[in-house]
Amino acid sequence: MSQNILIVAEHDGRTLSVATAKCVACAATVPDAALTVVVCAADTATLSQQAAALAGVGTVLTVEHPVHAHPLAAAIAPQIAALAGPYTHVFGPSSTFGKDLMPRIAALLKTVQVSDIMAIESATRFRRPIYAGNAIITVEVLDGAQVVGTVRTASFQPAAAGGSARIEAASPLIEPPSHTRFVSVSAARSDRPDLQTAARVVSGGRALGSAENFQLLYGLADTLGAAVGASRAAVDAGYAPNELQVGQTGKIIAPELYIAIGISGAIQHLTGIKDARTIVAINKDPDAPIFEIADFGLVGDLFEIVPQLQKLLG
Amino acid sequence: MKRILVGIKRVVDYNVRIRIKPDGSGVLTDGVKMSVNPFDEIALEEALRIKERGAAEEVVVVTVGPADCQPQLRTCLAMGADRALHVQTDTALEPLATAGVLRSLIEREQPFLVLLGKQAIDDDNGQTGQMLAALWDRPQATFASKIELTEEKARVTREVDAGLETLEIDLPAVVTVDLRLNEPRYVKLPDIMKAKKKPLETLTLESLGVTPRTQLKTLRHEPPAQRSKGVRVNDAAELLAALKQKGLL
Repeated sequence: MSQNILIVAEHDGRTLSVATAKCVACAATVPDAALTVVVCAADTATLSQQAAALAGVGTVLTVEHPVHAHPLAAAIAPQIAALAGPYTHVFGPSSTFGKDLMPRIAALLKTVQVSDIMAIESATRFRRPIYAGNAIITVEVLDGAQVVGTVRTASFQPAAAGGSARIEAASPLIEPPSHTRFVSVSAARSDRPDLQTAARVVSGGRALGSAENFQLLYGLADTLGAAVGASRAAVDAGYAPNELQVGQTGKIIAPELYIAIGISGAIQHLTGIKDARTIVAINKDPDAPIFEIADFGLVGDLFEIVPQLQKLLG
Repeated sequence: MKRILVGIKRVVDYNVRIRIKPDGSGVLTDGVKMSVNPFDEIALEEALRIKERGAAEEVVVVTVGPADCQPQLRTCLAMGADRALHVQTDTALEPLATAGVLRSLIEREQPFLVLLGKQAIDDDNGQTGQMLAALWDRPQATFASKIELTEEKARVTREVDAGLETLEIDLPAVVTVDLRLNEPRYVKLPDIMKAKKKPLETLTLESLGVTPRTQLKTLRHEPPAQRSKGVRVNDAAELLAALKQKGLL
């Protein structure tokens, strides 16, 4: 039986997220599948073209409404549910956007959700992590149920460009509820690479000791063209803002190079980085668990080593 | 009565390093310490604080699961919940079924706010709260790090990938909570004694009119792929040389 997969696009109003391209790549591994991306936005003109250019996408559906200027699950879910009829699968990224939205869609469709899909074995069989990644399960969706899924983006490379999908306006359009209203989002914009998608990440832990000391990492990150991350301990201590948190309850990332500085390596942190290609650990405790998974370990005082690294690189 | 309903789940304690059964059929739970899911504990703490500042009159805690869940409900009563509901079943419910149970309890209890953890740390699904909000056709605010209540509305700050997002939602509503919302209180011995006298009602799925469907079957459990231990370098220069050799710089 051929599969028909609907992918809910994530974007910031101007640019489609890399997570969307990774969802497309994940969906493309389902055998014999036709892929459709749906873009809900206040203005879909540019976004729909970006989606249409993703390799493997056959159709892009657009939903334009002022309410979609900001992603509200309560507004998007009934719209997607109304469009989902012809599809065997509905996928979204396992980002806070998708984690918020997809279960609401699944419940409206009265169907099952498979969270954090890390591999597809068949149209009904998926692999996903449980217990913070300490076990991997293989699950089978039964009785031909429609599958709602969130895609663990760290497990997939983004779909390439070069597609030329047909773009059409979705129908029917659903009037969103008024009970949920967007107020604001903290604009933590910076010129640094995005933590979720950066090829290099420099990350700091509690050993930095203060928000001032944490600034030391920004210098090194800028020299390397890297994004900055933080352990939960560093975020809880107020050294770094919450959106920098890497780990089970923060961001799960897969950079080419991850440099953990003053991070001991709690399980929940390691869960967030174990798909990184190369892990470097700098810590003064030679028994820190981070050294168990690091490709390169350097035991020493970060306040000496980080300036040395920067000098040698600069 | 202004009531808050808090959903909790009994899970393997977060300090336990889990082990997979040799035949891959599940995770070993015999003799393992079980606790209230930490995110749910934060949800309960928030409900108690809301009640303590006079914005709610009653906190009701509910769980769905086997008879073994009662110690965790007693812990919640000792923390300060007024009463507990135990929907007793030996079937492991999928999130949609659990949401269905909570939906039917909402009919009974008429809460103005339902608080849940953002996910359970065993199956890491992160679905129940959002599914409940959909079945109830009410607002949801997930991953809350701050909740401000007025008479008919809530202003919720959410931890999202971009930073902190604030939503305004009409009540009643479902809010799922994140780690930084609060730090749950410790339970004191006299409270444990008092909790034994608090009401704990046992219900069945049949009495709530819920017939759980099974739409997902777990075929096997496996340990994750291990990263191999790397090498030690002696100083900054050696580290950079190693990274250059690997083509990373």
